[in-house]
Amino acid sequence: MQGRRIRVRGQVQGVGFRPFVWRLARREGLVGEVSNDAEGVLVLAAGEAGALERLRGALSGEAPPLARVDAVEVADWAVPDPAPESFTIAASGAAGAETRVTPDAATCPDCLAEIRDPAARRHRYAFTNCTHCGPRFTILRALPYDRARTTMAPFEMCPACRAEYEDPADRRFHAQPIACPDCGPRLWAETAEGAALDGDAVALAAEALMAGRIVAVKGLGGFHLACDATNPAAVAELRRRKRRPAKPFALMAGEAVLAEHAAPTGAEWARLRAPAAPIVLIAKAGAALPEALAPGQGALGWMLPYTPLHHLLLDALGRPLVMTSGNLSGEPQVIGNDEAREKLAGFADLFVMHDREIARRLDDSVERITPAGPMVLRRARGRVPGTLPLPEGFGEAREVLALGGQMKAAICLTKNGQALLGHHLGELDEALTWEAFGQALEDYRALFDHKPEVVAVDLHPGYRATRAGEAMGLPLERVQHHHAHLAAVMGENLWPRGGGKVAGIVLDGLGLGADGTIWGGEVLLGDYAGFERIGRLAPAPLAGGDAASREPWRNLMVRLDAAGLGALADALMPDQPREALRRAVAAGVNAPLSSSAGRLFDAFAFALGVAPGRMSYEGEAGMLLEAVAAQAGPGPGWPFAVAEGVIDPAPMWQAWAAARGTPVPLAAAMFHEGLAAAFAGVARAAVADGRAQAVALSGGVLQNAVLEAALMRYLEGVPVLRHNKVPANDGGLAYGQALVAAARGLGAA
Amino acid sequence: MTLAHGGGGSAMRDLIEEVFTGAFEPDGMEDQARLEAGALAEPGARLAFTTDSFVVSPVEFPGGDIGTLAVNGTVNDLAVGGARPLWLSAAFIIEEGTDFALLRRIVASMKGEAERAGVRIVTGDTKVVGRGAADRVFVTTSGVGVIPPGRDIAAAHIRPGDVAIVNGVLGDHGACILAARGDLALSSDLQSDCAGLGHLMEAILAAAPNARAARDCTRGGLASALNEMAEAAGVGIEIEETALPLRAEVKGTCELLGLDPLYLANEGRLVVFVPKAEAQATLAAMRAVDTGAGATIIGRATEGPAGQVTMRTLFGGSRIVDMLVGEQLPRIC
Ligand SMILES: [Fe+3]
Ligand SMILES: [Mg+2]
Ligand SMILES: [Zn+2]
Ligand SMILES: [Zn+2]
Repeated sequence: MQGRRIRVRGQVQGVGFRPFVWRLARREGLVGEVSNDAEGVLVLAAGEAGALERLRGALSGEAPPLARVDAVEVADWAVPDPAPESFTIAASGAAGAETRVTPDAATCPDCLAEIRDPAARRHRYAFTNCTHCGPRFTILRALPYDRARTTMAPFEMCPACRAEYEDPADRRFHAQPIACPDCGPRLWAETAEGAALDGDAVALAAEALMAGRIVAVKGLGGFHLACDATNPAAVAELRRRKRRPAKPFALMAGEAVLAEHAAPTGAEWARLRAPAAPIVLIAKAGAALPEALAPGQGALGWMLPYTPLHHLLLDALGRPLVMTSGNLSGEPQVIGNDEAREKLAGFADLFVMHDREIARRLDDSVERITPAGPMVLRRARGRVPGTLPLPEGFGEAREVLALGGQMKAAICLTKNGQALLGHHLGELDEALTWEAFGQALEDYRALFDHKPEVVAVDLHPGYRATRAGEAMGLPLERVQHHHAHLAAVMGENLWPRGGGKVAGIVLDGLGLGADGTIWGGEVLLGDYAGFERIGRLAPAPLAGGDAASREPWRNLMVRLDAAGLGALADALMPDQPREALRRAVAAGVNAPLSSSAGRLFDAFAFALGVAPGRMSYEGEAGMLLEAVAAQAGPGPGWPFAVAEGVIDPAPMWQAWAAARGTPVPLAAAMFHEGLAAAFAGVARAAVADGRAQAVALSGGVLQNAVLEAALMRYLEGVPVLRHNKVPANDGGLAYGQALVAAARGLGAA
Repeated sequence: MTLAHGGGGSAMRDLIEEVFTGAFEPDGMEDQARLEAGALAEPGARLAFTTDSFVVSPVEFPGGDIGTLAVNGTVNDLAVGGARPLWLSAAFIIEEGTDFALLRRIVASMKGEAERAGVRIVTGDTKVVGRGAADRVFVTTSGVGVIPPGRDIAAAHIRPGDVAIVNGVLGDHGACILAARGDLALSSDLQSDCAGLGHLMEAILAAAPNARAARDCTRGGLASALNEMAEAAGVGIEIEETALPLRAEVKGTCELLGLDPLYLANEGRLVVFVPKAEAQATLAAMRAVDTGAGATIIGRATEGPAGQVTMRTLFGGSRIVDMLVGEQLPRIC
């Protein structure tokens, strides 16, 4: 008999890993024990050498669906005398054990089969889950993660559930949210006036939806507002009630229905079917759906049903549903029943409620697959609280708390070579979001057992996150906005700390620059610790400060004026108060200079008549411009002048003005091409002359797949780092800030 | 005006005689003001004392000039603390080359505003500096007032549930100065709201014996005044976007320039907190005074979070209204 001490690292707690090991060990006839501790899972096993070898192989090869095995380390184990008689699961004891909580996961195939099986005791039960699926982070109240500290605490397990919970051979062994119709949460429907209705809630909801009504559905991380996505009148009514004229709605459908309206690629199907079950942007194909779902967009945001309730509802409907977040305009998603009754009463005709509380608001994650690879646009449900490994050279880094930006706030913590990038919170001036920011600080600190030694914030003194950092009384690292974007994309590509400099093309909305002006179209040559600005868009005034980020016409006016095309500006926007704004710009009243690439996209989108004068949602103009450009395909670009790294769009405007008959899709594509060629040229030169080892792409504008594809073409032959898991937008800012602060603390690479 | 006017010789005496002294204290001024202390001698009365410097460009604007600001600013600082303003001092730093006629107009404004407010300008000083060392004229005023016995208003007294009232439309002064300064030629009839608020405060305090606190909404606007009050009282303050009195021209100017009217300066606006039970009486009393004609309820104090000011928006969301940090830099990424 031989003994082995096997250490398993990764996401191996709270995912059924110990019973999995227990079953393997019994299969192989081994004795010993398996336990959780602060480092992961520890297996002590004794038996035949061949059986031990098979166990080791199966640990990563056959791991449970929600597990992620980062490392399996094997050492000899001196088997005690007498040897254990059997293989057991040891209770977790050590401090720090069981602190890992996995992300919420979509209903697994086994649970789905059960709710569809008339003979099963969980037939049609909306809260069915097991170790491989179900709610996690959204029901967590406190640590360690066990039922008593989740919102399942009020539901006492019935004997049948308890038996499953305690049986290591059962799929529900130690599944904390285990429930059944006898003992678990209850579903009901109620009217907009709050009167509970008799009858099956799913049937009532399906009936209302078929009749074109709007239904509020309590989900995992918050309430959704649902309506029949094939019914234009229902969609229009939802837009009217939500005061949301144009921002795309997310859709939910079963696989068969989805395939009628889209043709997902293999990679897209894989993302849709992942336990994270994000919204995935997929090109329209097949049977057309109402244009009002996503006006002007070439893609729709789809997700598969991810709770039993969703499955039951969609099974009953057989058609796609709009599933948009249930909130007041500008506020985050509603999570409480009373809150829903109060705030959504004017929006929904019917409420599908349940009595399992949502402990934590988590939006649906949003992803897309571009020709260059996957991209995360919003990191939330299903992805948090997962961790990201830090690159080589950060092992000894201080524990950093990074507080992110203002608009797509998310925080990040680093420790022991891992980064915990928290969920998308939203805009911090919103009172409920600000409250959630405070809760996230507490939550993630506890989850990570984190004791920050330094706080990283943006340079911008007016971001609420910056002020929160200043008030913490800890050493502060101020990180330039676009340097943080650059560090984020380097970090998630595991660019080593000593890996040399990278030329970062950071195309963004706005961030405060190191020189006090507003940046946003930059080529930064740098590493984690520092940078220099080797390229930038020629600046133009942001006429009216933040108003310029809402009204594309302002940017068109200043750009045309700068290109000597003031008369064209007058002709293109006769109804705007141009003269008054020009005087304000001349007088320097709220008109700081900015090299923002996002504002240039806004200007061009408005020039082509693609974007409205005033946007109804952030990023609208850029998304619409991308959508029309995608209709044309690659080709020549408009000329941008490049001199000493300054990229001047004036020649582009002049060329476009001289060729006003150019079809809109072609003109839009030429804009993307010209801009990409200019920026790629500056970055490429830095690689060619040895200043940079690679090119990196980041910033909110890099969510644009047409632009990304053009950049990739102009960068062919050069190593390119792009975002895969961390948002290119400000949702990834905190991760980059953390890396910069950590690198500065470590000194020279 | 030449440097000799500041030299202390006869030219200066002439200037002071000519422009200043006659206007303020016809009976002649000593180097020090000698005042009857009777009002202060009342048992329980407290002396209120404040000072402020005024630098505004342009010096004259629709609805007033630096003189109106200098008198009313200091009068209002006294009044919102519950004091009855009595005496002011006025000190002038004058740029060489400044037009005498301008100085006379400023002095006339000061005299008029002082009379309206029932205060006397009892002492003063002038200095002349070289070109570029000042922008035409800077004025510093100090003021003394008396807080009657038993009167005690302070931001720390605000309690959850108290009602916030302003005395009229917001941002007129700030918008008017912006329009004048940038030569924006915004077709508007905007006038500064500059006014003394002493009489209005007396009316408020008579109608609302338990009035908690008042602030004039000067630099930093209503937003800054509310933040200071929330902080001092350890309460939250919630205002309603739909209840904010704003002139269409001010709204339009703010939209064009991308500015938030909550942060625009006012020179004749105050916000006062009174117990809910006294709110209607306060409103009625305020509306009976000319400077309070536009009085309206804009919000209330809440349990918290302490120090946080929020605004219920048109569509029901709740936005945090912060203190302004430095200049307003764009934040939308
Ligand atoms: Fe950014
Ligand atoms: Mg003062
Ligand atoms: Zn399951
Ligand atoms: Zn049960």
